[in-house]
Amino acid sequence: MAMKFSENADRMDVRYVAGLARMALSDEEAARLQGQLDDILAFVGELKTLDVSGVEATDVATEARNAWREDEPAAGLGRDTALANAPLARHGQFVVPKVIE
Amino acid sequence: MSADLHDLGFLEAADALARKQVSSEELTTALLDRSERLEPALNSLTWFSRDAALAGARAADAARAGGDARPLLGVPIAIKDLLNVKGQPCTAGSNILKGYTAPYDATVIARLRAAGCVFVSRTNTDEFAMGGSTETSAYGPTRNPWDTARVPGGSSGGSAAAVAARLAPAALASDTGGSIRQPAAFCGVTGFKPTYGRVSRYGCTAFASSLDQVGPIARSVEDAAAVYQVIAGLDPHDSTTSSRPVGDCLPEVRGAKDLKGLKLGLPKEYFVEGLDPEVEKLTRAAVEQCRALGAEIVDVELPHSKYGIACYYILAPAEASANLARYDGVRYGFRAESEDLLEMYEKTRAGGFGAEVKRRVILGTYVLSSGFHDAYYLRAQKVRTLIRGDFEKAFSRCDAILGPVTPTPAFRVGEKTADPVQMYLGDIFTVNVNLAGICGLSVPCGFSPDGLPAGLHVVGPAFREELALRIGAAYQHATEWHRKKPADPKGGRP
Amino acid sequence: MSDYIPSIGLEVHVQLKTRTKMFCACPAHEEGEPNTTVCPVCIGLPGALPVMNREAIRKTVKVGLMIGSRISLRSMFDRKNYFYPDMPKNYQITQQAAPLCIGGAVEIEAGGQRKTIRVNHIHQEEDAAKITHMETTSEIDFNRASTPLMELVTEPDMSSPDEAIAFLTALKEMLIYAGISDCNLELGHMRCDVNSSVRPSGTDKLGVKCEIKNMNTFKGIHRALEYELERQAETLRKGGTLVQETRRWDDEAGITLPMRSKEYAHDYRYFPEPDLPPVVLDAATVEAWRAELPELPAVRRARFVKDYGLPEYDAGVLTADKAISEYFEAAAKKSKNFKAVSNWVMGELLRALGEKGQGIADAKISPEALAALVALVDARTINMPAAKDVFQVLFENGGDPAAIVKEKGLAQVSDAGAIDGFAEQAIAANEKVAAEYRGGKEAALMFLVGQVMKLSRGKANPQLAADALRRKLGK
Repeated sequence: MAMKFSENADRMDVRYVAGLARMALSDEEAARLQGQLDDILAFVGELKTLDVSGVEATDVATEARNAWREDEPAAGLGRDTALANAPLARHGQFVVPKVIE
Repeated sequence: MSADLHDLGFLEAADALARKQVSSEELTTALLDRSERLEPALNSLTWFSRDAALAGARAADAARAGGDARPLLGVPIAIKDLLNVKGQPCTAGSNILKGYTAPYDATVIARLRAAGCVFVSRTNTDEFAMGGSTETSAYGPTRNPWDTARVPGGSSGGSAAAVAARLAPAALASDTGGSIRQPAAFCGVTGFKPTYGRVSRYGCTAFASSLDQVGPIARSVEDAAAVYQVIAGLDPHDSTTSSRPVGDCLPEVRGAKDLKGLKLGLPKEYFVEGLDPEVEKLTRAAVEQCRALGAEIVDVELPHSKYGIACYYILAPAEASANLARYDGVRYGFRAESEDLLEMYEKTRAGGFGAEVKRRVILGTYVLSSGFHDAYYLRAQKVRTLIRGDFEKAFSRCDAILGPVTPTPAFRVGEKTADPVQMYLGDIFTVNVNLAGICGLSVPCGFSPDGLPAGLHVVGPAFREELALRIGAAYQHATEWHRKKPADPKGGRP
Repeated sequence: MSDYIPSIGLEVHVQLKTRTKMFCACPAHEEGEPNTTVCPVCIGLPGALPVMNREAIRKTVKVGLMIGSRISLRSMFDRKNYFYPDMPKNYQITQQAAPLCIGGAVEIEAGGQRKTIRVNHIHQEEDAAKITHMETTSEIDFNRASTPLMELVTEPDMSSPDEAIAFLTALKEMLIYAGISDCNLELGHMRCDVNSSVRPSGTDKLGVKCEIKNMNTFKGIHRALEYELERQAETLRKGGTLVQETRRWDDEAGITLPMRSKEYAHDYRYFPEPDLPPVVLDAATVEAWRAELPELPAVRRARFVKDYGLPEYDAGVLTADKAISEYFEAAAKKSKNFKAVSNWVMGELLRALGEKGQGIADAKISPEALAALVALVDARTINMPAAKDVFQVLFENGGDPAAIVKEKGLAQVSDAGAIDGFAEQAIAANEKVAAEYRGGKEAALMFLVGQVMKLSRGKANPQLAADALRRKLGK
């Protein structure tokens, strides 16, 4: 299982992507992740050597189809249970710090 | 009964309970006592509560006294910390879910509950099942009972170690890229990943939804089959479960004595550079054993196997990046206090997730992002089609496929943590089974000169669980590897 | 703004009228206490999985059938990823690559012109939770989370605010007709993202598009578009350039404003929802759903003109509400005087309902009773003022008009002797007026008829009264 690194791996901007994923990174963390992710991308970049023209994408893993339910209501959790794990709740609502657009 | 109640296998325990040779309370107490004694050395459990477990056991005993004769009534089982049990913590090995109490039962849990099983403990896992060593858990690494300097594999390393160390006769686990089979192989126990869609994922904390599947780890194929039998089948809460009926595979598994009439495929791609010579030797010996049991061994090709890991490490992180978006500190779990919402998100997720999870979430976000989606995600989906096609072709030539489960025996704790790619390569023989959505079984097939177990991989076509289990059972009928047990580890309480 | 041609496209989100949510069995459309209709699925607990509501799919497909969409025999759900506290999973389950309905069109009429507005597609998705912004915090209620939504996306075929409103009105009418949605705008059943651009007249290429988000009143949409189109044209006239952006409507100030750009650019990272298998429809199912479709308002309107000989105006008023049109038709079927029935429905009935704030379903007067009332008038059994009294009784208590007429003694007096008597009394009491009539003042007769009516307490047949007066006055 020798590892090959492709020469021209797309370089990812770790900070930008972490931002999309809403994760703050320390400088040290960002630097380490950048290196590791470059390695991983170089490795998974191996797929680019494969000819996939004319191959359909597997967009469904299950053999099930439709799997819908009838429009019949059922009991849920109840408010107290729903809120029991909330870090902050008030007036029966989940509370978060103010949204700044 | 003997003093060694903890040695009873899953069905042995069921039998002893049915014969009233032992009560569930005695059995559960023995396992709890042993857990307390060995956990300092193993760290295979994230949580157990004497009160909770014994309440279940006593209820089972009372039911039995009242004439309840359900076959699995009172049998203890350990549960991977990814599966929701109502009223118990469920943290997925993550700090972000510390303090979270599950308000509902996973479908597999509800089914085991209905069968009368007792939930004795919760087992350690790589954080959100992301890892192959149980080292990424927020609870710290689990140790391999055969050598506590080594990892038990992962992500279901806690389940495999606990079953091997006799802390539970069986455990539920989950397998996204090998997370049942690889730790089972590393710990010398039996692990079974059913076909995608055979077992409900409802209530199983999601890692990669198109790959995750719940299955058992036990000390024999028969025990694994007994657990599988309870949890399998259509679930209205999981739209991806198949409506195919689940037959009773236990008679077939119990009766399996030989492999006559079966064609078993041996892919040449599974015996390549990187496969540890000792593991290769043990696998080839196991294949010969199957031949001796009457199977015809045929060569098959899985030409796209080598692309499996790359494909998997695009698709699984992509799905995970969405599945883990819900851990945001809004409705449950850890929240970092902040003035504004964006800062709360970023600090909560930075503080709540460990390094491996962050790595995969960033990777998964990247491969889906605008400009890179087609080059990575879409291409990997196409490669997945090729890998599925490989197996379809192979299964037209054979009934099931044999091979190694892992390229090496258990490695040392810390050995691969700095190099994710090396860690990922350990999944080479298992990921393709998940990508193809078929079933795979790991059975113990011997020990390396260092005394470390290895596993034989039995890969069956989709929805042919009974076939894979029957092959494994016939192999275990002829071998003793699955009966070997590790010495109690040093470092436990006296 | 003849120098610039506007193009308007709409993205209309409609809450479907189902009992339960899109992906879980919690009751939908509950206006109860916050977070009371929630479960592991709609608050996004670990391990929870979505399950499709068949009725929601059926309703969306029916909308597609009504507007002539191609129904996808295999459609898929996708995950749309973005973080916001009203999204319990921080992704929305929607349809991007393979929506349920493709294409279609809605006919509109604006400013006396008929026009076809093309629809790009309709897809199925789930609504977000309700978020309330307070001073330093925001509060979230997940009751609304995962309410079934359909999103209908038009082509940029509308070229004035009036056309946009005409489109929305036609769509709303259709959706209510088919029981797809109550389309109560105040309750947020129908919400709209409005895309607009302008291009210099004489050119073909669409201009730079601006999107106004989350509009929920027709009046607001009209005003916002009027403002926005003029803003865009004026910017170009002054030689400025427009940037593609998202704006919001400030209703109080009457202007649109650019939304502050989010810290991160939107990158929704769509991918197929692995938790849901494809929706696979066969032709038989689709045809069965098509068979359930009601007659659409435009078709019914044309039919009312043709079958009942009604003026276009009447047909329009009567069919604007499905229940009213059905009421009319039930009454008309029992009557020979369709226009009179139409007049009663459009006039007295709608007025009375309006006064009481009631719907037609609350009305106690049955269609049969209304038809019978028309017949009594036509047979001159009662006159119009009496008929209105009878109507009021019927509206409030129901019953049989003939019985009410009898009970209240409202039947017209057509007895010649009695009317002659009233006529003589009227002339005797109003000699001056009688003289004017004799002198040629025709209008004076009407005063005398009124006096006869008064003497008869409204029951005299006015026609007979006039005849009798003319006779007595020697004409």
